[in-house]
Amino acid sequence: MAMQMLPPDWPGNFWAHWAIFAVAILVFVLLMVMVFIWFERRALAVMQARLGPNRAGPFGLFQSAADALKLLIKEDIVPAKGDKLVHWLAPVVAFVPVVLIFAVVPFWGGAILADLNIGILYIVAISSVTAVGIFMAGWSSNNKYSTLGAMRQVASVVSYEIPVVLSVVGVVLLAGSLSMQQIVAAQDIPFILLQPLGFLLFFCGALAEINRAPFDLTEADSEIVAGFFTEYSGMKFGLLFLAEYGEALAISAIVTTLFLGGWRGPLLPPFLWFLLKVGLVFFVIVWIRATVPRLRIDQLMALAWKFLFPLALLNLLITAAEILFWPAVSLWVFVPINFAVMIILVLLWSKFFKLGWGKVEV
Amino acid sequence: MKFERYGLGIAKGLSVTIRHLLRRPITTQYPEQRLNVSRRIRGNELIWNKDKCTGCGTCAKACHIGAIHISTSTNLVDNKYEVQKYEVDTGYCIFCGLCVEACPFEALFLSYDYECARYRRNDLFQDREKMVETSERKVSGYFYPGRAAKLPRQSLLVDNDRGKRNGR
Amino acid sequence: MATSTKEIVINTEPFVVNIGPAHPSTHGVFRMRTTLDGEVIVDMEPVFGYLHRGLEKLAEERTYTQVIPLTDRLDYLASMSNNLAYCLAVEKLAGIAVPERAEYIRVIMAELQRVASHLIAVGAFLNDCGAFMTPILYMLRERERILDLFDMVCGQRLTYNYMRVGGVSQDVPDEFIPALKKFLKEMPGWIDEYERLLKENEILLARSKGVGILSRGLAINIGASGPVLRASGVPWDIRRADPYSVYDRFEFDIPVGLAGDCYDRYRVRVEEMRQSLRILRQAIKGLPRGQVRSEVPHLIRPPIGEAYGHLEGPRGELGFYLVSDGSIAPYRFHVRAPTFINLTALADMMRGWKIADAILIFGSIDICMGEVDR
Repeated sequence: MAMQMLPPDWPGNFWAHWAIFAVAILVFVLLMVMVFIWFERRALAVMQARLGPNRAGPFGLFQSAADALKLLIKEDIVPAKGDKLVHWLAPVVAFVPVVLIFAVVPFWGGAILADLNIGILYIVAISSVTAVGIFMAGWSSNNKYSTLGAMRQVASVVSYEIPVVLSVVGVVLLAGSLSMQQIVAAQDIPFILLQPLGFLLFFCGALAEINRAPFDLTEADSEIVAGFFTEYSGMKFGLLFLAEYGEALAISAIVTTLFLGGWRGPLLPPFLWFLLKVGLVFFVIVWIRATVPRLRIDQLMALAWKFLFPLALLNLLITAAEILFWPAVSLWVFVPINFAVMIILVLLWSKFFKLGWGKVEV
Repeated sequence: MKFERYGLGIAKGLSVTIRHLLRRPITTQYPEQRLNVSRRIRGNELIWNKDKCTGCGTCAKACHIGAIHISTSTNLVDNKYEVQKYEVDTGYCIFCGLCVEACPFEALFLSYDYECARYRRNDLFQDREKMVETSERKVSGYFYPGRAAKLPRQSLLVDNDRGKRNGR
Repeated sequence: MATSTKEIVINTEPFVVNIGPAHPSTHGVFRMRTTLDGEVIVDMEPVFGYLHRGLEKLAEERTYTQVIPLTDRLDYLASMSNNLAYCLAVEKLAGIAVPERAEYIRVIMAELQRVASHLIAVGAFLNDCGAFMTPILYMLRERERILDLFDMVCGQRLTYNYMRVGGVSQDVPDEFIPALKKFLKEMPGWIDEYERLLKENEILLARSKGVGILSRGLAINIGASGPVLRASGVPWDIRRADPYSVYDRFEFDIPVGLAGDCYDRYRVRVEEMRQSLRILRQAIKGLPRGQVRSEVPHLIRPPIGEAYGHLEGPRGELGFYLVSDGSIAPYRFHVRAPTFINLTALADMMRGWKIADAILIFGSIDICMGEVDR
């Protein structure tokens, strides 16, 4: 398949490339976050038999802009006994890594800020920094709900990093490269077909890392009010919120790149394909949020260590064996095999869930 | 060996939520779309019929908040009672409708209107002039089925006649 | 060989978290002063009284009829049941008979109210589990259908003030019965939809099965009632145990849970909705014609004495205890609020569970602060 690839330093000048893409990524992130917030609110509303925001602009499209404006002019409140510097720094620490992730996300062939040869590793490394920001936010607020939320966040990020990375390794094995660009180029068959279990594990882990339902314990509004958000107001809250949705956008983009074939697709221009797939992944995230209840913190840990982690190891083993022993066999053969393996493993591992655990004698 | 808890329940739930994408939302866009309220609505004002009222004060006695003030004097010329003052403080009123039920002469009604928010507490005070039935201040059919029959039919969610929606 | 394994004991400070009085899931102004060890609840102290309005004392200054609007404001999610319970007490006190048609209308209203209240209870419980607004919005949609019917009958959606001593305030309008039939026809389908949405959801099962167990013995000892008691395996329903109104004429089952956990309480409520629909169908069939209000003097003066009227409200045994001194106002007016008594088991149910479970257990009791604090 002949792919239209832009030269790596399009439009020809190194610095021009940097400037153009840096601006483009910032605009893309901010714009898409606004669109996503609107999209989530509308989609959730329709799934909940109501309308959602429909007053500001056509179809309520400017609702996010109006909200952002409102946040800008709101008073910024810092808790009296909070750590002022950390409280101020936390939203920045949370938001910056989210934007940095997009440096290695290919929007279409060659349209990438920096085609690092360790792209996916870079993403894994940089995305964990957000957790630090969130912990700072929780700790500096001097609020018990915030502290609880921050502790939950750290616990979940630390445990979910492992299955996420392990399931990414399966993709890397298949693609033979860590570069995001190369991973997309290798997907003549979208990796979701070759790595169904890996996709499932990655998606679960990613949802937990970005605190989306059913793993939204960090800001579980029915339990700990708003978690680390509780003491934030004004634009600092806006930044944290932006980081939150930026992460969702980033995860959608990464899933698209790793498993859904990135920008590749027939007929439509590559960038549109990319956006379409990102939107689809985000829709699934919203759809899940509209349906499922929330896990408890120990169940969250148990899911990571008892379910995702062993399955991720097995998945890695099976993928490695397939690549090592049958390198000549067409990859299409592995599609049904891998699906069968996924179903069997998930069925088997579901046995390990028992109900009514978690009580501690006091 | 029975397999359970592998995600079937979640899938069923997902199917329910996705099906709602095709359904019409049940909410109405209030100021633009208005539903017909109940014919017996206990609206936010009281309406008083000056001609039928004898000034017996039963309504004031029935009111357990004490929102109705009535004072009557004797008209010695015609040898009958005359209402001197009839006022209701709807800021106190809880719209229970007991006064309407108590009135033996069909002189007191609840109104059909429900948008009676005011900027000042004093504006909630209804004196004689504000209690007369007019074209804007319609009478509800509460406790008077004959009057209720003349009012427009209530729009019910069970009938799905909540009007055409806009702003989708 | 004696090896001493030295246990490392880390002394940690207890972490006191005030849940409430203003918290997203305290369903009103209730405060739980929880002592945590990490996320585990070591101790919990409920704090009541933020919504105290002195309702019992207010009622003693009003005539028997004037108290009815006050009872609306007790359990504002089940005003019809409150009205009915109070009227039952006064009728017992004054020995007033109720016409047949009024009895049937009362049963219809009480059962509709039970469905409406359980919809809120189940929806709020699932919302507390973290199912973001979806179940409660679906259930509010169906509650809206019931509120439409109530609105049609008595002109208001929350504080109905519909029952009167010796009957009901006015007959149902002509369009009520067709609308109710239509509702009964479509409601089972909606309940099935809720069941599909979350009944078998693995996360919900993991969260609520075996969580917050209220043992049969404790439930009886604290005097729990309603779905909370029945979920613990006690088939106690006042509609069956001490039939009031015309409940002895209807066929219905009493759903009972086995484990007494949050999931059972949820299941019992859903099943009760189905049973209520069954009663409603029978009540429509048997609805006679005639008077809806017996001749009762304007100012009721019951003879000196006392009476206790109770019924199976949506939340448990709702009772009104009245003492009369022969005047037009009750001498003593006491409410046996079911949720207040159910709440006394809260600390025992919560101890040892995580803070996330605390919210769940609290939600599964289904409280209404208007009733708890009075």
